[in-house]
Amino acid sequence: MNKLGEIISQNEETIRAEWLKHMTAAAQRADLMSNVELQEQSRSLLDAIKRGASSSQPEDVSGPAWSAARESLQDLSVSRAHQGFTPSETATFVLSLKQPLFSHIRRELSGDQTAMFETLWTCTSLIDKLALLTAEAYLAAREELISRQQQELMELSTPVVKLWDGILALPIIGTLDSARTQVVMEELLQTVVATNSKFAIIDITGVPTVDTLVAQHLLKTITAARLMGAECIISGVRPQIAQTIVHLGINLEDVITKAKLADAFALALHKSGRTVVRISATAGGGNAGAMTAMRKDG
Amino acid sequence: MERIPILRMGPFLLITIQVDMHDKLAMQLQDDVAQRISDWGSAGVLIDISSLEIVDSFIGRMLANIAAMSRVLGADTVVVGMQPAVAITLVELGMSLPGVRTALNVESGMELLYGTLGTFLGAPNDRSEE
Repeated sequence: MNKLGEIISQNEETIRAEWLKHMTAAAQRADLMSNVELQEQSRSLLDAIKRGASSSQPEDVSGPAWSAARESLQDLSVSRAHQGFTPSETATFVLSLKQPLFSHIRRELSGDQTAMFETLWTCTSLIDKLALLTAEAYLAAREELISRQQQELMELSTPVVKLWDGILALPIIGTLDSARTQVVMEELLQTVVATNSKFAIIDITGVPTVDTLVAQHLLKTITAARLMGAECIISGVRPQIAQTIVHLGINLEDVITKAKLADAFALALHKSGRTVVRISATAGGGNAGAMTAMRKDG
Repeated sequence: MERIPILRMGPFLLITIQVDMHDKLAMQLQDDVAQRISDWGSAGVLIDISSLEIVDSFIGRMLANIAAMSRVLGADTVVVGMQPAVAITLVELGMSLPGVRTALNVESGMELLYGTLGTFLGAPNDRSEE
């Protein structure tokens, strides 16, 4: 049995107490997690490290003896990534174990210089490896979180709604990039086929900025819809965006653009031979029951 | 030799593409359409490509060519029933078929052709439906 494992198992409680005491305020972050949770995490991690260090292969962090420690660190990093700890705070949690361990090693092995140096070296390389493992797990958890959110955003923000028989609306929220345009385009074209719609209103009120790339993506979608026999109207062009479009020299000449979704809808109704009339002169403007769209004969 | 049939519907030609287009077939179709328009004095050509699932730049150009040719011969061309995947492919290929009119299905395509029949002499490029 090696010295490090021995030292840890003999002084487990004192090491843990010193570890928590020396841990800087930054690594503790009382605002993000409770003291009880911290105690629990440190206990299980130290226990796992003790088992790993006492095994026959204390150096091999990727070996089976360390699986408990790896799992414990993994859970810890994932939970901290979700709680909002920074990577360095998470790594410091593990690295701050060095000081109490070193002082114990010095005390226990003060008579034997060579053994002390060797044990110190084993200890420091082990803790470093564990800290790296923590940082990696933290990043992986963050990465997963980001990609899941991206996916959710993609699915959330591409609804195609039917406004009237043969008239679709596509309110776009957020910046248009290539991947999203692809999803939006496919969604729109499928719906055009499914609902047999002649008009599609693309509302860009929720698009924060329109640059040449976004405009190009929009034009692609419009061209594809036109090829299938549906006409597109862009609505929700804000004054700033109109200015940007003009300054960038984007050619939207072949596309019908309107300031408001209501204007675009009225145009689509008109183009499909319908008109909106109020059936009662006394009814208020916003009353849906008082409005009806009628098809003009001939 | 394999050919794509061209049907005559009153003043219009109806072409339904139901097989995979290869280049020779496309060339043959172009020749046939030009011939038929001048034979029958057709005022419009309706091409239904709803069964066409694979498209390349050559087929795209064929459609544009037929439209341009027909216009020279005094007929309007409407392409109907394009599949979403085909539309996306054509756009990605950079072929927006500017001179070709499109409609969702044969019915609305015919409506479009009949709509142009009245104003045909007056405004051949008028794209409004009235």
